Amino acid sequence: MLRRRINLLFGGDEKRVDSRTIYVGHRPCPATEAFIPPKFCDNRIVSSKYTIWNFLPKNLFEQFRRIANFYFLIIFLVQVIVDTPTSPVTSGLPLFFVITVTAIKQGYEDWLRHKADYEVNKYPVIVLEDGRSIRKESEKIKVGDIVEVVEDETFPCDLILLQSTRDDDTCFVTTASLDGESNHKTHYTVPDTEKDLQSLNATIECEQPQPDLYKFVGRMHIYKTDQEPAVRSLGPENLLLKGATLKNTKKIYGVAVYTGMETKMALNYQGKSQKRSAVEKSINAFLLVYLCILISKAVVCTTLKYVWQSQDGQDEPWYNEKTQKEKDTYVYLKMFTDFLSFMVLFNFIIPVSMYVTVEMQKFLGSFFITWDKDFFDPEIQEGALVNTSDLNEELGQVEYVFTDKTGTLTQNNMEYIECCIDGFQYRNSDSMSELDGFCVTDGPVSKLQQKAGRDKEELFLRALCLCHTVQVKEAGPDEIDSDQVDGLVSELSQPDEQRGFIASSPDEVALVKGAMKHGFTFLGLENKSMKIRNRENNVELYDLLHVLNFDPVRRRMSVIVRSKSGETLLFCKGADSSIFPRVRQEEVDRIRMHVERNATEGYRTLCVAYKQLSPEEFAVADAGLRDARLALQDREEKLMAVYNQVETSMSLIGATAVEDRLQEEAAETMEALQGAGMKVWVLTGDKMETAKSTCYACRLFQRGTELLELTVRTLEDGGRKREERLHELLLDYHKKAVQDAPPVKAGVTRSWSTANQEYGFIVDGATLSLVMNPSPDTNSSRYKSLFLQICQNCTAVLCCRMAPLQKAQIVKMVKNSKGSPITLSIGDGANDVSMILEAHVGIGIKGKEGRQAVRNSDYAIPKLKHLKKLLLAHGHLYYVRIAHLVQYFFYKNLCFILPQFLYQFFCGYSQQPLYDAAYLTMYNICFTSMPILAFSLLEQHIAIEYLLDNATLYREIAKNAMLKWGPFLYWTVLGIFQGLLFFFGVKYLFSNPALQDNGQVFGNWSYGTIVFTVLVFTVTLKLALDTRHWTWINHFVIWGSLAFYVFFSFFWGGIIWPFLKQQRLYFVFANMLSSVSAWLVIILLILLSLLPDILLMVFRKPRGPHARQMKRRLPSSGTSTIFMLSQTTSTHSFSWSD
Amino acid sequence: MSKPLKKISLTKLLHQNKNKWSFIKLRQFYQSLEKILKETCSYAELCTNNGHWLDYTGTEMNSSCFSCSSVKPDCVCELTFSFSQLFEGPVFFYYGLSNYYQNYRQYGVSKDANQLSGDTTYFLSPQDTCSPYQYDSSGKPIVPCGSIANSKFNDTFKLYLMVNGVKTLVPFDGKGIAWWTDYNVKYRNPATVNGSLAKAFDGTVKPPNWPKPAYELDPSDAANNGFVNQDFLVWMRRAALPNFRKLYGRITGGDYSQGLPAGNYTLQINYNYPVVNFKGTKKVIFSNVSWMGGKNEFLGLAYLVIGCLCVVMAIVMLIVYAKYKFSDDDDMQ
Repeated sequence: MLRRRINLLFGGDEKRVDSRTIYVGHRPCPATEAFIPPKFCDNRIVSSKYTIWNFLPKNLFEQFRRIANFYFLIIFLVQVIVDTPTSPVTSGLPLFFVITVTAIKQGYEDWLRHKADYEVNKYPVIVLEDGRSIRKESEKIKVGDIVEVVEDETFPCDLILLQSTRDDDTCFVTTASLDGESNHKTHYTVPDTEKDLQSLNATIECEQPQPDLYKFVGRMHIYKTDQEPAVRSLGPENLLLKGATLKNTKKIYGVAVYTGMETKMALNYQGKSQKRSAVEKSINAFLLVYLCILISKAVVCTTLKYVWQSQDGQDEPWYNEKTQKEKDTYVYLKMFTDFLSFMVLFNFIIPVSMYVTVEMQKFLGSFFITWDKDFFDPEIQEGALVNTSDLNEELGQVEYVFTDKTGTLTQNNMEYIECCIDGFQYRNSDSMSELDGFCVTDGPVSKLQQKAGRDKEELFLRALCLCHTVQVKEAGPDEIDSDQVDGLVSELSQPDEQRGFIASSPDEVALVKGAMKHGFTFLGLENKSMKIRNRENNVELYDLLHVLNFDPVRRRMSVIVRSKSGETLLFCKGADSSIFPRVRQEEVDRIRMHVERNATEGYRTLCVAYKQLSPEEFAVADAGLRDARLALQDREEKLMAVYNQVETSMSLIGATAVEDRLQEEAAETMEALQGAGMKVWVLTGDKMETAKSTCYACRLFQRGTELLELTVRTLEDGGRKREERLHELLLDYHKKAVQDAPPVKAGVTRSWSTANQEYGFIVDGATLSLVMNPSPDTNSSRYKSLFLQICQNCTAVLCCRMAPLQKAQIVKMVKNSKGSPITLSIGDGANDVSMILEAHVGIGIKGKEGRQAVRNSDYAIPKLKHLKKLLLAHGHLYYVRIAHLVQYFFYKNLCFILPQFLYQFFCGYSQQPLYDAAYLTMYNICFTSMPILAFSLLEQHIAIEYLLDNATLYREIAKNAMLKWGPFLYWTVLGIFQGLLFFFGVKYLFSNPALQDNGQVFGNWSYGTIVFTVLVFTVTLKLALDTRHWTWINHFVIWGSLAFYVFFSFFWGGIIWPFLKQQRLYFVFANMLSSVSAWLVIILLILLSLLPDILLMVFRKPRGPHARQMKRRLPSSGTSTIFMLSQTTSTHSFSWSD
Repeated sequence: MSKPLKKISLTKLLHQNKNKWSFIKLRQFYQSLEKILKETCSYAELCTNNGHWLDYTGTEMNSSCFSCSSVKPDCVCELTFSFSQLFEGPVFFYYGLSNYYQNYRQYGVSKDANQLSGDTTYFLSPQDTCSPYQYDSSGKPIVPCGSIANSKFNDTFKLYLMVNGVKTLVPFDGKGIAWWTDYNVKYRNPATVNGSLAKAFDGTVKPPNWPKPAYELDPSDAANNGFVNQDFLVWMRRAALPNFRKLYGRITGGDYSQGLPAGNYTLQINYNYPVVNFKGTKKVIFSNVSWMGGKNEFLGLAYLVIGCLCVVMAIVMLIVYAKYKFSDDDDMQ
């Protein structure tokens, strides 16, 4: 009903809603009835959040939305409104400080954005208008303008390529700034458009802007005066994206289709969802505890005040008569304002500056990752990249690592190894010059291949040469192909070797290079015809009719070519699982053995098939493809249907094996991660055998590991229904891995020893979807929990044949399981983006598959091996640092405010502050903030080298160990102990307040100042005791803030400050220092409050770096053979029982 | 000044709710414990705790100041005590108050710092914080205004040494008992009008509890009047805790520079200051002062205990160290 209404309302506009019509060059078209200039947004990019006018209100509003800031604002307002013991300045100043610092930071960031926007928006571009080229500012481009772009310029908006100066109507583009892929991509002009753009009369119909960079569907209608309007399909290959750069092409013309904030680049900038770290959750929990303490303190004081006042003579002694106003106030209102006053007095217990310090720590701390020289990769001349600084400490808490295989565990540096043609194996000999160096190492009858194989061989090699989307990199623009064609035989190998290939996937390059080794060289694509040189050095030409692109669902790609002899051929290559069903069975059997053997050796295998198309067949296919390509809606689905229709009943000619080398130190890294108690899951799209072999190579599976398989194959073993079998297997495995496992509490220490049976679990995508989305009649949730339990009890889990979304599904399942473990995903390709975004910490590898993973990650590293240091060293240290920071902040504010609370018992609960307002304000801002910041940036409680050598140390901080209630209680008790000591120590000293040698008496401000002095020194020295790694910064900051405190106190008490109403502290500090008793008690109390820490340091098991370093030095001295032995076992076969 | 009516009703209330207010009992228990710990001497003699002290509140029937404790202005009472040997000097004489909340917040802010630094513009319009001692009932401004000034301690003491039955006055030196910075920098008298300090106070009234206005506090020394009167300054420096002592004078003059010789003494007290109605006590303290300040038993005790603790710990640590060292040696072998 409603929908019909809406349809009625918008009926006429329906078309406009999901597509837009663009008039090229703003010329009205004869076909459409009336030319209505459509409204689109202009080409201005606005990435900034604020303007000068709305900065203040908007920024303030956003800052006060944070609960902590809001709390302090409330406290401030209470102080302004109610008669409270401390002036509003004491809480107003820190709040102002915090707000200002944040506002300046955000303002600066926004100013940078403004500047960048301005640069982009004011960039001069050339627009064709009425036959003239007009220079315009980039922001003035309108949709429909024809824009000229010259070489090495970036496109100012999303353009449809109309004309290129290149002969073949293409242009080359790099999208380095968009997705980081630096290779040149070919884009095509709209076919058959007129050369004269002035007379071009056309409209473009395309979809509304959407953020997917690789998707675009549109249609171009070209109107000619005397003809029917021609229709051309537009795809991503015609669309030049804003932000990409024109390369190797002198000049192009394009028509603007999306501008400004509607360009794909702008749409992609919309921020990722914020990830919050577990530490922040702990902070919030502690905050709640402290809030409770605060409120209970205020309640206790308020109650006791009224109890005390009800006592004889205490309410209003003659010397302290109440004012008339006080007498008139209603008693409950008085109670309430008293409560508020106590809240204000004790509110310092919740440290306003903690948030600033934590934020600064995170921000500055992330630089250490960027600066780390160990992360610098000379190959790509880049180091690590930090996209978010919020998750530094999460790196120290990882429990599950989800890794991609290709490009992450392996180098994605493909090398052609061998091929198998018609059941015979051809392994390439090492000498490259031997062009037809076929060397038969395998195969039943070697004689046969010489005869029967010859034709097949050549067909196979032609297939390899033709079935791809590789481009030949042009070394220089003037290099002419014929040069090489006519080249002498002796020179042949030289240019071939240097020939560079560019392709979206490294497999393709490897295969083309492999074919080259066997004598078939791909020379390039020219005017839609592919040139290859065969073994006889003849150039063969093939017309490229269609490319049936690769996609991860089909897992294959095809080309349709027409040879010079007029044959139309379809070559198809793809994964075995996607090829085998589409070829004849008897061919499969011959090749399957090879494919499987190659897979177990860890090679990537592709099968190659071909099919000869009759003219009729081709005509059908051609029409189908063209239709599908022109479709505006569901183009993908339609194309897929046509592809599937065409790629049938082919004949298999062979298979290839390509090796993907392991990343440097992949095995060591994986071993270290497992040693650190992390569970490594490999999630890959690759097939099981290949992935399994990679896992063995990475030592994720070891020889003793019992593998539990849950794949389509095992499911079909029993010959029964899949679901029954699944259920049975799950129960079986569960029994094995979970119930029969020794009763080690999983999660507590997870210290499995070598004696225990280790399990590896293998599951594939199809089975996984059965587990995750079973049919409704089965007990679905049970599958999932069984599955999860099995997985959690296995040392390594391998999930193969996964779709990108399934990867994310797995991550999500583990992330939401019991105990909500911290997950980390690492990957390098676009197919890993979903799992990178899903996991707590996403890590991108700056690999070969483009930069999408890097862009979406939280941290990006050049190589897998860097993960070890990132987690074991940086993550560990960041976690320890921030945990210490948080605990210390709560501790120092507890022992700051506890004496003030205790003082209430001795001042008639009158909210008399113990410390002067200046001290109250400065304590967290100046006196004690810098040392902890320096500590939290620089501390290395254990040397980095030692952390890297001993992965087990990582387990000590697992499960947020340093922010659990235990350590929190320790710090709280310490704070309470010290607070009590400070207060009562000085109180007993003041049993005789005549502390000066001239008999003069100290008053209440002296009391507070002595307590405060002890406090500042104790708290700072406590940090000095905790510091294991001293740098000059630590020294400077720790001794500097103590000196600053002394200096400030002298200064503050040394002058009659004209702006102060009461000179309470005048000469108080100087007089305090002139009293020997005060000195004695200060020293005594500092020592006494540090005593527990000193004792703990002495009695605790020595575990500092010194003790360990000393041990480490031992082997080199050659005295301890036993130690040497243990050392060797720990590096080579990793003992778990450390 | 006392309010007997209210007092009675409050005690009644307290009596009725005795079970309810069990924590008051706890507090009473604590107070009695404190008494046991601290006041181990009877009222007639000199007690020794952070100096020699003497309670003269007069709540006990046998106390000579008992008659003065029920408020009577200008009541004089005498206490006698003796030193069996020379009490080494220089001897400082303090008065002490207990259960007196000088650190009460509303009390503490009840003064006008501008007045006290001699700014006469604030004489006629004292700050609101001085309320209820801002203006008197006739609307005249009070100088110095506020509760602290109004409640200035106004008992006076004279000490006599009995030599052969003859009283000889032991002089108190009331100079230099306040902080030097207080009477030289922080507090200032208003500029004199025609050479007279009193004229500067024209149009103002003395605090209601004071017998004399500020400019007549010390008739013996003209420079010790007004806001820089040292007794006044000692009072204005608020005590940190409800039980406190304040310096009254030093005994340094002539024969007594070595200290107070053995003998019988009589302390003549001008009993003006009421403390009984808020359950306070008053006492006087004789204390000698060393280079490290007044006698402080806590400090000595604390250092002794911590010192012993450190020695014990040093021994323990030595043992621990030895043990660890040996185990390290084991590792080496």
